[in-house]
Amino acid sequence: MAGTAVRGRLTWRTATVESLVDETARVRTIGLSVPGWAGHLAGQHLDIRLTAEDGYHAEREYSIASAPGEPLAITVERLDDGEVSPYLTEELRPGDQFELRGPVGGYFVWDDADGGPLLLLAGGSGIAPLRCILRRRALAANSVAARLLYSARSRDDVIYRAELDRGWDGVEVIYTLTRRQPPGWTGYARHLDRQMLAEVAWPAADAPLAYVCGPTSFVETVAAGLVSLGYPPGRVKTERFGATGGQ
Amino acid sequence: MDDSAVDGNAIGGLLMEVFGAEMTAATGTCAACGSSAQVAELAVYRPRLGTVVRCRTCDNVLMVFVAIHDVTCVDLRGLARLD
Repeated sequence: MAGTAVRGRLTWRTATVESLVDETARVRTIGLSVPGWAGHLAGQHLDIRLTAEDGYHAEREYSIASAPGEPLAITVERLDDGEVSPYLTEELRPGDQFELRGPVGGYFVWDDADGGPLLLLAGGSGIAPLRCILRRRALAANSVAARLLYSARSRDDVIYRAELDRGWDGVEVIYTLTRRQPPGWTGYARHLDRQMLAEVAWPAADAPLAYVCGPTSFVETVAAGLVSLGYPPGRVKTERFGATGGQ
Repeated sequence: MDDSAVDGNAIGGLLMEVFGAEMTAATGTCAACGSSAQVAELAVYRPRLGTVVRCRTCDNVLMVFVAIHDVTCVDLRGLARLD
């Protein structure tokens, strides 16, 4: 693991917005430039701090959506009652600045040497760090087999849809659309459950490495399901972001 | 862990600020029930006041962080070990 990316004191730095890409009606990817940025590992996140004119701070964490070596980017879902995400998804313009610190995290990370096969399970905007892992895998020309099971409300709520539809060699992408399905949809159409995991997950005997990211209840269901299928808890990395967002 | 909880990944930045090192991959041992887990897997609640970290096995409060005027107060009495 690249120790330089996780060691040392964190300092708040000024980030400048370089690009804005609407991924869905509620989700936007924000490209950032940060002078002196030392790089990151796939799966890490940033802490973002917004300061109001009266000095009030709001801090949030966002997974890094771009691969190590690519321009830094985060993907933000708008939460209607949120303090930070409506600003980031609606108000922000190229050239705007805000504070961030990072990269943060040494647990929910994947690097080339960690192997697999990889099983990636995303609920809603929990796809962001898993997309980072898939891009890292592709850029490193890593041939480890990977399966992504992505739970979204509908086709229109699938983040990075064009990229996921293009796909990558050696990566299977499987969706479950929990609320609305397009005409003729033959894929999964329910919340992720143990039966679905049993059908999609690599057998435990293959020594897979699983990454699960999404709302807390989603992650709990998936992690318990994988352990019941024989996955050692230490091979199931989890990241929960609370009750917010849809899956 | 109920839906109001996140997990220890979310406080990686706070922990790095307090301990000066990456801590989400460290192992915490509960002083009440003795179970051990990686910090990233612990239950984290964030009321306005601060941050509360609980054991996933017995719900014991392991760590509390409260920031007052840019000084972070830390209570680790619920932890038997952190390494």
